Amino acid sequence: MMNKEQTLAAEQRRKTILSAVLAVICVIYVLPVVAVVINSFKQNTFVKTETFALPTEQSYAGFDNFITGMTFGNYPFASSVLYSTVITILSTALILIFCSMAAWYIARVSSKFCKIIYYLCVFSMVVPFQMVMFTLSKTADALKLNTPWTIPIVYLGFGAGLAIFMFVGFVKSIPLEIEEAAAIDGCGPVRTFFSVVLPMLKPTLISVGILEIMWVWNDYLLPVLVLDINQYRTIPIHIQYLKGSYGTVDLGATMALILLSIIPVIAFYLAAQKHIIKGVAAGAVKG
Amino acid sequence: MASTKNSIRSATRRWSWLFLGPVVAAFIIGFVWPFFQGIYLSFCRFKLISDAQLTGLDNYGQALADISFQHSFWYTALTAVVSLVLINVLAFMVAYVLTQNIKGSNLFRTVFFMPNLIGGIVLGYIWSMIFDGILAAYNTSILLNTTYGFWGLIILMCWQQVGYMMIIYIAGLQAVPEDMLEAAKIDGATKWQTLFKVTIPNVMPSITICMFLSLTNGFKLFDQNLALTGGLPYIIQPDGSTVNTTEMLALNIYNTFYTAGAGVRGVAQAKAVIFFILVAGLGLAQLAYTRRREVQQ
Repeated sequence: MMNKEQTLAAEQRRKTILSAVLAVICVIYVLPVVAVVINSFKQNTFVKTETFALPTEQSYAGFDNFITGMTFGNYPFASSVLYSTVITILSTALILIFCSMAAWYIARVSSKFCKIIYYLCVFSMVVPFQMVMFTLSKTADALKLNTPWTIPIVYLGFGAGLAIFMFVGFVKSIPLEIEEAAAIDGCGPVRTFFSVVLPMLKPTLISVGILEIMWVWNDYLLPVLVLDINQYRTIPIHIQYLKGSYGTVDLGATMALILLSIIPVIAFYLAAQKHIIKGVAAGAVKG
Repeated sequence: MASTKNSIRSATRRWSWLFLGPVVAAFIIGFVWPFFQGIYLSFCRFKLISDAQLTGLDNYGQALADISFQHSFWYTALTAVVSLVLINVLAFMVAYVLTQNIKGSNLFRTVFFMPNLIGGIVLGYIWSMIFDGILAAYNTSILLNTTYGFWGLIILMCWQQVGYMMIIYIAGLQAVPEDMLEAAKIDGATKWQTLFKVTIPNVMPSITICMFLSLTNGFKLFDQNLALTGGLPYIIQPDGSTVNTTEMLALNIYNTFYTAGAGVRGVAQAKAVIFFILVAGLGLAQLAYTRRREVQQ
């Protein structure tokens, strides 16, 4: 009996030590973000020389970096926030609505044409963007899909693969009887989909939605090639062009903008953490 | 019952334009047409698209003979393999510890996953500031040294992806049957024996998925590569051409398309097709594996 208590105590001690070790690793893990916060309040010249020191009286810049950051790189930061938001919301909405509709049709009708579309979708998931980037940007230009209000169509096309794949998988697990009952009650296919099937798809809608939001918000290469970047810059494009446009870069202002761009991401993460982790894991295992 | 099914199906078919139309149209614009046009153009010489002239396999010959492309292939393979090993070992260790019922495991999980949401370009600039902050003390920069550039990218990739793989490993570890672990304990197995003889064989599917994922992630890496080093430093070859020493495949293709001049766009497209075959090969192997596993279950 004594022996068992001893092993229990040892086990407890071991767990406490593990917790402590992990806590230390966690602190190290967030240091890069802490460094961004610290440096966004420092004057430019001190960012490189005293990267890891807290701002001193000498190096403290107050909110100057944020103020210069607003118009930094000859482009208003507010515009890139606006364009990123518009593109992310529109693209995600288009993908969720049209891909769930198509997936339901594919799963339920399963004609030869449906199967071709489905396998093309699966295939498109393994095609790297570099394969299509040149021709896709030319096609988008020719069709005038090069504005923040029309580029969501490009996202719908290139992102359809994963979304349809995930939706079809889920629709197949819904028993057909529910839809049959709706049909017997006189529901047409359109009403059946929107008032019976769509509510049942909610968990998958959330998972796919989160994957698409994370993809579109952070995407750099597709918008930089498709949009007219003198006019329209998303946040990643803006940050990349801060470095590209000058020989020397105001690192303080860059860090201020990086901080401003990761605050919404972290807030979104903390608010929807459970869904995000579930969605990401679902996308990983399937795709 | 079969007749209800059929009548529903034919009623649904009348609405195909609504259900399939938008996605099919966008899919053709966003994927199908660019994909096939890309394959066609890889056999052509062109500056714009309208002036394309078939040149057979010329582009492929030039692409394969390009020293910078060969270099980026080996550099990418090395980066992908090293990051694969490190990411998976670290992610598995963290997941294993977090599933031991320790205090604060939810908070730890939250923190480790967080970097995953930050975009590649932003990640690259965060880490370039940090590395340059460290290297400034030695009067150098991550842009000046290939070795630092390599390990810098590896550290960045680990920071970003360990949390992601950790989530998959946690799900796998939680699915290991409790009674199996219990039985091993009763039979007197040590912790290490239980880990290697019971736990790891049971999470083998998660391990395989994570390995495929980190391998394809490594091969496709672009944003982080562009933002952290942009391929620098470069060396000049005896024949006058330059090789960017930390440039990965995706960035090499991008540079051939957009910075090497319009004359070699066909070569760039041929490189892109080779790249596609590589990545798709890895991806299809993963899909086939996942499928087989689903059938077995």
